[in-house]
This record gives sequence, C-alpha cells and structure tokens, in this order.
Amino acid sequence: MKSITKQERMALSGDEAVAYAVKQSDVDVVAAYPITPQTIIVEKFSEYVANGEVQTEFVCVESEHSALTASLSASVTGARAFTATASAGLALMHEMLFVTSGCRAPVVMAIANRALSAPINIHGDHSDSMAQRDSGWIQMYAENAQEVYDSIIQAFRIAEDLNVLLPVMVGLDGFTLSHTLENVEALTDDVAKQFIGTRQFPNVLTHEGKTVPFKLDPENPMTIGPIALQNYYFEFKRQQEEAMENALSVIQQVNSEYAEISGRSYGNGLIEAYCLEDAEVAAVCLGSTAGTMKTVVDGLRQEGVKAGLLRLRTFRPLPVEDIRSALGNVKAVAVMDRCISFGGNGGPVFHEIRHMLYDVNPRPYVVNYIYGLGGRDTSPQELRTIYEDLQRILQTQRVEKPIQYLGLR
Amino acid sequence: MTSHEKGWKEIAPAGVCSKSTTSFLTGDWKTYTPVLDLEKCTRCLLCALFCPDGAIHWKPDKADIEFDYNFCKGCGICANECPTKAITMKLG
Repeated sequence: MKSITKQERMALSGDEAVAYAVKQSDVDVVAAYPITPQTIIVEKFSEYVANGEVQTEFVCVESEHSALTASLSASVTGARAFTATASAGLALMHEMLFVTSGCRAPVVMAIANRALSAPINIHGDHSDSMAQRDSGWIQMYAENAQEVYDSIIQAFRIAEDLNVLLPVMVGLDGFTLSHTLENVEALTDDVAKQFIGTRQFPNVLTHEGKTVPFKLDPENPMTIGPIALQNYYFEFKRQQEEAMENALSVIQQVNSEYAEISGRSYGNGLIEAYCLEDAEVAAVCLGSTAGTMKTVVDGLRQEGVKAGLLRLRTFRPLPVEDIRSALGNVKAVAVMDRCISFGGNGGPVFHEIRHMLYDVNPRPYVVNYIYGLGGRDTSPQELRTIYEDLQRILQTQRVEKPIQYLGLR
Repeated sequence: MTSHEKGWKEIAPAGVCSKSTTSFLTGDWKTYTPVLDLEKCTRCLLCALFCPDGAIHWKPDKADIEFDYNFCKGCGICANECPTKAITMKLG
C-alpha cells in the first residue's frame, strides 16, 4: 500500500484543471482548435508552451478535423497526444474519431460538453458526446473539477494500457464545470509523471519477419490502419470490442491505484453508488448533475425515503454487471438523459439502462427524464420531483408517462 | 471465408500491414492498358511525372522508358498528357 502523497490545493476551473493535468502528463503533442466552452483548455495550455513550462509540441490547426488528425498521427508514431473540443467541434471530428479508435491510437481528449446547433447554444448538455457513443472511444463523465483533473491523469493510463489501446474522452459539463472555479488538489509533477509512466507498445510482426513495437518508425516500416475489406474488416472490429471489455477491469485498477497515491476514488471507477444499498427508488445520471442529486438524496434520506443515486462515471464501455448489481434491489429507477434522441423513444442512457434491467428478476420500473438541454438549469426542487414520481409509481404500481421532460415549459 | 484466413485473435491490431505495399500487385485493377509507340515517343518523361502510381520508369540499363504493368491501374492520364500522342489506351 502506497501512502497518500503531498498535494497542492489550487482554485481551478474545470478547463484549467484539464490543462494542468495535461501539463503534468508529459504529453508530446497537443493539437487543438478553440471552441467555447473548451477554449480555456487550449488557451491555458498554450501559455504553458509559451512559458517553456512543458516540452510539448503545440500544433495550431485550422479545424477540429485536423486537430484530431494531427493528434492521431502523432499518437501512431508513439507520441503521447492530447486534444480537446466541444459541440460542433466534436461533430466535425466525427470521421476521425473512428479512424483514431480503429488505429488503436490512445489519444486522450477532453470534451467540454455543449449543445449542438441549431439554434446555436454554447451551454452544457451531453448531445455532442452522446452522438459519438459508437465511435469506439472510451467515454467518462466527471462530476466536478477535482474529478476532471483526476480523470485526465487516469485517462492516459487507461488509454495506453496494452490490453486497451483505445482513445479516451473525458466529459466535463460546459460552463457548470468548464468555467466554474473549484478547489482542486493536484499531485506533484513527479508523482503524476510516475503514475502515468512512459508509453509502452505491444509487439507486432513486420514483413521482414522482425518483431517490433506497434508504432510508425522509419527503422521498422509498417502501415497502420490500411485497407481491410470483406475478408478482415470484421475481425479488426471484434478486436476493438475486446479492448472495450478489457477496459472495464483496467479502469477499476487505475481508479484504485490512483486512490492509493491521492486518497481519491470515484466509486469503482466505472460507477458510483450513492445510498443504494437499501434504496427502493433511485436515479441514474452522468456528470455534474450528480452533485446536486446527492444533496437531494441526503434530504430525502433525512425524511425516511429510501432514495439512492447511481452515477455512471464510465459510459463506454458500459459497466453492465456493475449497474445490474448496484440497482439489483431498487424497485423504481429514473434514468436521466441530458440529451435527446429524436424519435428514439427516450434518451440513450435510458435505452441502455432499461435494456440491461430487462433480465433482472423482479424487474424494476424504469422511466426516463430528459433534462437540462442547452444549459437549462435543473434545480434541487425539480430533481426532488423525480423521486416523488418514483414513489407514486410504487404506490400505484403504474407508470403513466415513461418519458418525461424535466424543466420544460 | 477461406480456411487460411486468420481469426480475430490471431491478427495484429489496426490492420497492421505485415508485407510491403510493393508486394500487393494492383495492376489487375485496370480495364484499359496504355500502349507506348516508341516511334512517336520523344522520351520527354511527362508521362512518368504525371503517373499517379509511379508506374512509368526510366530504365538506365535499357536507356529507355518502361511501363510497370504490375502497378498501372489504367487511368489514362499518361495518354492524355503525352504531347506527341505516343500512348494509346487499349481495352484489356
């Protein structure tokens, strides 16, 4: 058991926490394009570069498509690469997201989650990253600026693990986290650097019969991510799915190792169960809403209501078994989506949670709340009505509206 | 699927090419084949400059021009660019 190391307390916004974590992560290349509410990440990091505080190559690009292309390209040469974006920027990266995961390039990217146009809106919701859920990236959502910092440090370890080798996106709610100052405890530079370590590579066989590290290197020529048609494409996709399955245990391992040096952990790294042991009614949510929700649960508990909360920290890979066991005894579950899946009969998180609870016996009631779109504020009073609805469902044994819009006029 | 093709657990990640691209002969993609009339050709080598596949070479040993049909995909750019119309595209 390692001992908890000395840490420095700073006032940082979520964006600044990202930049600070990247500064400590010995990153070789950062290629990014500014977009609200991610801009501070890029601004702050370019200051570190200009001041000579990091040895990172900072690439100013003309678009997000190029930002990810440059990051991916650096990553396949063996460099540690980072980028950050939000909203329309992530949408513009869409094509390259799949190329990055397909090339098994462990790029880390911060997403300052923001709504998509039109109408134009710069504020927080999860529409941007939820639209990329099938792009082969690991997706984690932070609750506060402290977790943003910790998750970025952890993300490099997770992405570069030889059993994973997948890109990771860390989501922080636009403005609520990206622009709000919080107290953040940071590891010392040495401890952070030591925790992440240097990038390792699996070995692959070249055409010359040599076993060499999996990276582009003029000494050992190879092609990464070339054409694979009917006869091999499917096999490579199955490998990516295996890597996602492996990530479930790697994320837990990294979370517990990080706890040993920092004193901080986030549930088991995949989910955080709050007052769920004996809960009869529970909500499931992602991101900063969980902070407000915990206060609501505390209030209800004082009134004797058996309320609980499951915060999904890792959305991809989806921790199916962990969610099933955490919600195993809950009788009514409300799944919260800060995103809308038009014509999809509920939000994406709802679909998946309800799907995995289908086989649970006895099967709980599962309902959906779409909320907070375009940065719409969600108050503790509104969140409390979710639990009141769940209690009513249990009393009447009837669901009147499986999908509701919280805070909609 | 033929039996010599490997399963997903046996192959390197990300479609890593285990052979040089020069060992994948792409010349059989073509429908039309460029045929050079050496009488008309002035050896200006514009065709070699324009060839997108680098399939036209100057052979020092022969001191002459040569088409590499293993990689020529029959696009016809050489025939279009040739100032003396020494290249014709023949079906097959």
